[in-house]
This record gives sequence, C-alpha cells and structure tokens, in this order.
Amino acid sequence: MDIYKLIEWVVKIGIVFLILMHALAYIVLLERRLLGFIQMRLGPNRVGPFGLLQPLADGIKFFFKEEIIPRDADRVLYILAPIVALVPALTTIAVIPFGDTINLFGREIELSVTRVDISLLVVLALTSMGIYGIVLAGWSSNNKYSLMGGLRSSAQMISYELSLSLSIVGVVIFSGSLDLAQIAKEQMNTWWGIIPKWNIFTQPIGFMLFLISVIAETNRVPFDLPEAETELVAGFHTEYSSMKFAIFFIAEYANMVTASAMATLLFLGGWHGPFVKDFPLLGPVYFTLKILFFLVLYIWLRGTLPRFRYDQLMKFGWKFMIPVALANVVLVAALALFLF
Amino acid sequence: MMEQAFFLILAAFAVGAALSVIIQRSPIYSAFSLIGVMACLAATYIMLKAQFLGAVQLIVYAGAIMVLFVFVIMLLNVRKEENTLDKHRYLWLLALPFAATLIVEVLYTILKVTSDFTSLPEMAKRPIIGDSQSIGYGLFTSYLMPFELTSILILLAIVGSVILARREKE
Repeated sequence: MDIYKLIEWVVKIGIVFLILMHALAYIVLLERRLLGFIQMRLGPNRVGPFGLLQPLADGIKFFFKEEIIPRDADRVLYILAPIVALVPALTTIAVIPFGDTINLFGREIELSVTRVDISLLVVLALTSMGIYGIVLAGWSSNNKYSLMGGLRSSAQMISYELSLSLSIVGVVIFSGSLDLAQIAKEQMNTWWGIIPKWNIFTQPIGFMLFLISVIAETNRVPFDLPEAETELVAGFHTEYSSMKFAIFFIAEYANMVTASAMATLLFLGGWHGPFVKDFPLLGPVYFTLKILFFLVLYIWLRGTLPRFRYDQLMKFGWKFMIPVALANVVLVAALALFLF
Repeated sequence: MMEQAFFLILAAFAVGAALSVIIQRSPIYSAFSLIGVMACLAATYIMLKAQFLGAVQLIVYAGAIMVLFVFVIMLLNVRKEENTLDKHRYLWLLALPFAATLIVEVLYTILKVTSDFTSLPEMAKRPIIGDSQSIGYGLFTSYLMPFELTSILILLAIVGSVILARREKE
C-alpha cells in the first residue's frame, strides 16, 4: 500500500465526515423552518441571518446542559446505548458512492470513502445494528415509557426490515449486482434521449415499498411509534439529557441521510444527470440535490400525516407490505426472465 | 503480518465475548455478548474474503435473530437470573458427555486442518468460496436438493408458528 493511497483515504474520510456533520446540523434547522412554514409560523429565526446560526446555539446548549443518569439505570448499557446508535449510522456513509471517478493531481479518485463489492448488503447489515442503540436505551433507563419505546422499536424494525429487503431484491435482479456504484451505473442511459433509465420507472411498486419501509426503519412520522410523545413521553430517550440526547438525534438524522442516499442510488439513478459524463464533478451536486428531495419529503410527511396506532402499524407491515413485496419479487423475477 | 494481527485481536474479542455469554448473570448482557461474538465472526469472514457470508452473518444472526432474543428478554423483563441451577444437579451428568464430544470434535478439526495447512499466498490462489456469485452458483447447481429441502422445512416452520399463534387467540 503506497502512502498516497493512505493520504487519499484520510482526506476523503475527513471531508465526508465534516460535510456530513454540518449537513446533519442544518437538516435539523431545515426541518424546524419547514415545519414552521407548513404550520404557518416562523420557526427559529433569531440566531444569525434567517436563523442560520441556530445549530451552533443548539450545540453549545447541549454541551452545557446538566447530565442526568437515573439512579437505578444500568450505567454501562445506559452510556453504551447512544454510542451503539451513532457508530453504525456514521459507518454506513463510508460505503455510499456519491459520484464517478474524478481526476485530481494526476490520480484517479473514486468518489466514495471506500468501495466494497457488496456495499448494498453492508448498508443493510450496519443499519440493522443501529436498532440495538434504541433497544439498549429503552432497556437500561429503568423506565416504563423507555422500555415500551424500546420494545416497540425492536418489533417495528423486524417487521419492516423484511419488506425493505424484499423491495430491494427487484433492483438487484434488474442490475445483477450488489454494488451500489454498479447499480447506479446501470441507470446511466436514457430512453429516447429524454427519460432517464431510472429504476423508479421500471419498478414503481418496489420504490413505494422501499420508501414506506425506510421511513418506518428510520422511526419517522407516521411510523415514529418508539418516541410517540403523546403516549410515551419521549419513548426510548425519555431519560436522556445533554449530549447523549443529542447523539440519538444525530444518529437518527444520519440514518435519514443514509436512507435518502439509498433511495437515490437504487431508484433515482444515483449521481447521474445531464452533462455528468463531461463534468464528473457535477455528480455529487446532483446526488446532493436528490438526497435533499427525499429529506424534504420526510419533513413534509411529518408536517402532514398523523401517527399510526401500534396495531395498525403491525397489521400494515405484516398483512400488506410483506405480501405485496413478495408478489413484487415474483413479478420482477418473471419480467427479468421473459423480457431480458 | 497485519492480517495476522487483526485476526488475533478479533479472535481474542470473540473468545472473550463467548465466555461473557455464559458468565454474565443478566440475560440481556449475555444476549449482547452473543451479538459481539457474531460481529467478530462476521469480521473474520470478511478477512477471509468471504464478504457475502460476513454481511449475511450480520444481517441474519446479529441483525434479525438476536433482535428477537432481546425482544423476548425485554418483554419478560428479566432483570437477573435467579440461581436455579441447584435443582438441576443431574444436568451435570448430561452436560459432561456433551462437552467432551464437542471438545473432541474441535480438537480433531484443528489437528486435521493444521496437518494440511496451506500458506496464505497459496490460499489466495484457490477459488473464492464466500462471495455472492460462488454461493449462488453452488446453491442452484450442486446443492440444489438440500437447498430446496431446507426451504420446505422453513416453510413448514412458518405455517406451524402461524397455526400456534392463531390457536392461542381462541
């Protein structure tokens, strides 16, 4: 291994980490402002121009809040829980490609932190590890509401992980690869020069299933049962304060970014768009815009939809999502067999 | 050299976590130690270039089955295991032969593997056995029969569990 490769890695990790952390802070601001707009109020607009320094103020506030650990909490697991939630959420970003190779300082540089042959499976594996953070938090707080939140979360994750994986199978069959970069490359061309060959057009059912499951997996409205504030106080993070509370939020928003990036790569052609072939640096720009689209969709849903009841959530997952996902797999496999 | 160091670290973690599974008094700690064992195994698979196996190990065992374990432990709200071992002293009689069989099995495997030991560069030349392509090819050619039989078995298990769950309701 040559020294330049090592430098390249360190630089890429640094850049992606910095951008991600700043983006997460500003997604929170975007969410608050957009929700304000939806609900006909202003939202945070006092700190800096248009409230742009609000994330900084929030960060400082989190650091200076008093840190409370409940007396009867399981101390080891209580402290471990936010870490378990955050580490997989951030690690996942490492395998997500955000552009083609570019030529910089005479070196071919791949626009992703690292390239794995089975990056799709790696993302699934790591995100399924993230559940334990929530479960641990719920268990260790020694609080009824937290425990209920943790329980709900584990049941919800198992249910919707099935339909999530099944909805991806269709894309994998069509592109014949488990590599996210390869899947995105398969969607590079266009039909008749105008309509891009995105998977969303070839398998709309798969896309809808993926979108719904992924919203459930990231615990967002209308599937935010683990932290339903009207019935569970704050669910699994009721007992958390200060920076530990903030870490759960960072993890949740990082998971949202991962989910949006996955949706973009699998169904919306990844970083591809007009003129990307001539200017590879446009790739990350398109990629960011598409991710932003999904993030706004997330927030929009939160401003629009009420929360599911718990039994409705389970019924919907097992009796609607999974059968439809299975039927979709059969349909796509049959199409792939007879049409291609 | 670096691979060996990583392997030793992983192996140490795996053995430590495995010991922790049986030593811990609290079931939830045992469950999480087991997740640790599985994560270490997955990392070992990846180091052996069986990336697919590694990812599946994480998704299926650590990600799905263990969530069920943890779910049940949390649902029953078992804080600490009561010391009920004294009542089952006769279990020792069963445990000893089982443990002996397992140890002999492991020793036999170790002796057999070390006797036809191949160096790492030689191993690299062999066909890869753990990636998605070779596993898929194997499943649908030479191992098609066991694969189909297993899927029927799993289907039966699913039907059985659905029936059991329904009967409880009435």
